[in-house]
Amino acid sequence: MKTTTVVVGAGHSGLAVSRRLTERSIDHVVIERGKVANSWRTQRWDSLRLLTPNWQSRLPGYSYGAHGGDDPDGFMSMPEVIRFMSDYARLVDAPIRTGTTVTSVRPSGGGYIVDTDQGRWECETVVLASGGFNLAKVPELGGSPPAPIAALSALEYRNPDRLAPGGVLVVGASATGVQIADEVHRSGRPVTVAVGEHVRMPRLYRGRDVLWWMERSGLFDERYDEVDDVVRVRRTPSPQLVGTSERATLDLNALTDMGVRLVGRLAALRGTEGLLSGSLANKCELADLKQGRLLDTFDEWAAESRLDDVGPPERFEPTRVPPSPPLKLDLARGEIRTIIWATGFKPDYSWLDVPVLDRKGQIRHDGGVVTESGGLYVIGLNFLRRRKSSFIHGAGDDSWDLVSHLARHLDSLVAA
Amino acid sequence: MLIGLVGFWLASLYIATVSTTDTGDSNPMTTANVDNGVNVEHLLGARQALSEAPEAAQFTWKATNEWLNGTHSRSAVDSYYGLGEEHQHRSTFSFEADHPLVFGAEDNAATPVELVLAGLASCLTAGVAAVAQNREIQLRSVKATLEGSMDILGILGGDPDVRNGFNDVKVSYDIDADATADEIRALVAQSQKRSAVYDIITNPTNVTVEVA
Repeated sequence: MKTTTVVVGAGHSGLAVSRRLTERSIDHVVIERGKVANSWRTQRWDSLRLLTPNWQSRLPGYSYGAHGGDDPDGFMSMPEVIRFMSDYARLVDAPIRTGTTVTSVRPSGGGYIVDTDQGRWECETVVLASGGFNLAKVPELGGSPPAPIAALSALEYRNPDRLAPGGVLVVGASATGVQIADEVHRSGRPVTVAVGEHVRMPRLYRGRDVLWWMERSGLFDERYDEVDDVVRVRRTPSPQLVGTSERATLDLNALTDMGVRLVGRLAALRGTEGLLSGSLANKCELADLKQGRLLDTFDEWAAESRLDDVGPPERFEPTRVPPSPPLKLDLARGEIRTIIWATGFKPDYSWLDVPVLDRKGQIRHDGGVVTESGGLYVIGLNFLRRRKSSFIHGAGDDSWDLVSHLARHLDSLVAA
Repeated sequence: MLIGLVGFWLASLYIATVSTTDTGDSNPMTTANVDNGVNVEHLLGARQALSEAPEAAQFTWKATNEWLNGTHSRSAVDSYYGLGEEHQHRSTFSFEADHPLVFGAEDNAATPVELVLAGLASCLTAGVAAVAQNREIQLRSVKATLEGSMDILGILGGDPDVRNGFNDVKVSYDIDADATADEIRALVAQSQKRSAVYDIITNPTNVTVEVA
């Protein structure tokens, strides 16, 4: 089969790209291994809600309000996300081939051959919209947890009832780690969180959602070619945010108040012991200072913009670090029964037969344009083109930019 | 120190991007008259080179040690391996260590654990200077005081539940610089984040000791 563009993945990024391609009358197919929003259907825990408020859920030609939503400050549950995206897929009339798994993408002539379990596509251009969070990153710790401990990743976690009774060690304190720690602790299982580098944010600041500040102050639009070190910002963990009807802050102090125990980063597994880093105080200090600078930025912008519909500036209590956090956990004693890895995610490019991966397995690209392989694009990764790139609404501007580039590439093929 | 300093450089950049929305074209290397004596351009070059040739980033640091008498010994440091080859220090550096009078020793030099504190302090202070240079913060004075507390029943074998090493290390910085209190705290926090010795002390390391 032949087409001009193959889009791999029918999540929000792939659908936004499809819409942009349709606007330009570029013939294309969207290949989806499952159904629309597959990762949201199959790789998320039951209670998860978006950490972006509903009003921020918008895609090209579509928004929460237009979708009939009446709770702009709420946060979508997974069934709501799936409905939102399925409705969008119908609206943009995306030519999706569901239940079709890509087995190989490789260059051929001036274009690409995309092999799937349902046949082969030949095309000029390929957009990888398969997501940045396909696989769990689990750190190399020099050993594995002793036998009685069940270890699972955040991609496998569904709800506390599926865990053994008893203590749970959550490794990681980014959005995923703090949310799972919160839920599991509420189930009556005592939770210990191993805290490494993290990004602290209040849910509400001066009466507005912190992501409202990120958007309105322009921080979300900051471009990848404007920041000093894009490699670094792309590695920044997701902020400690959760979407709840109470619009509650879920930072480490909130966890401490619940009775969750904070310990240092899990540095090694040796025999039946988990060895913990003595760096907890510094990780918390770094996050507190970074939060302070972020709020300073908001305040400066609010003053320059003469905002009068927000509350007065606030500063939050520094993270309360236990005075002498333990340096090891005895994993054989039975106190901890389950370990949940909330240590980040990475994309799966096992089917990408184009030599564009760096030594860490990440795709080399310039703002989503895979310059080493003309006609190949990637979308939906952290800080791909802007700070908002990995957020749902980030797909709007990124898909516009990338499909504009793709259209020029096609023109150049014709001209040649 | 190269690895540590390159690390400091890598680490120090991100915070600047979050702390400001200023995206003007000013070049931090040329606009400020800040001079802490740190060659930031050299570090930039090293960072660039090492990201393209990661094998060159594999360093081995070396020391030798010889017993003198009693608990008194002398260590020497004269070379290290890195960037794919052996390097000589400009001279051989020598460090003696001994135990104090209260241990029944001669107190000819600092104790080994005090040398560890000195190593931590030197590493963190180097980091403070490098990060300050990168952030255009002029330092006037940087002083650190360190305390490592220890229950010596551990090393004496007097209580099997007591560890040999420090049970707590406290570092206190007194810094005079053209910066706000929070900016100074951020220098120190960032320095810890990229410090080799801080990492060595706070995290486990496999140690193999052989007898020739």
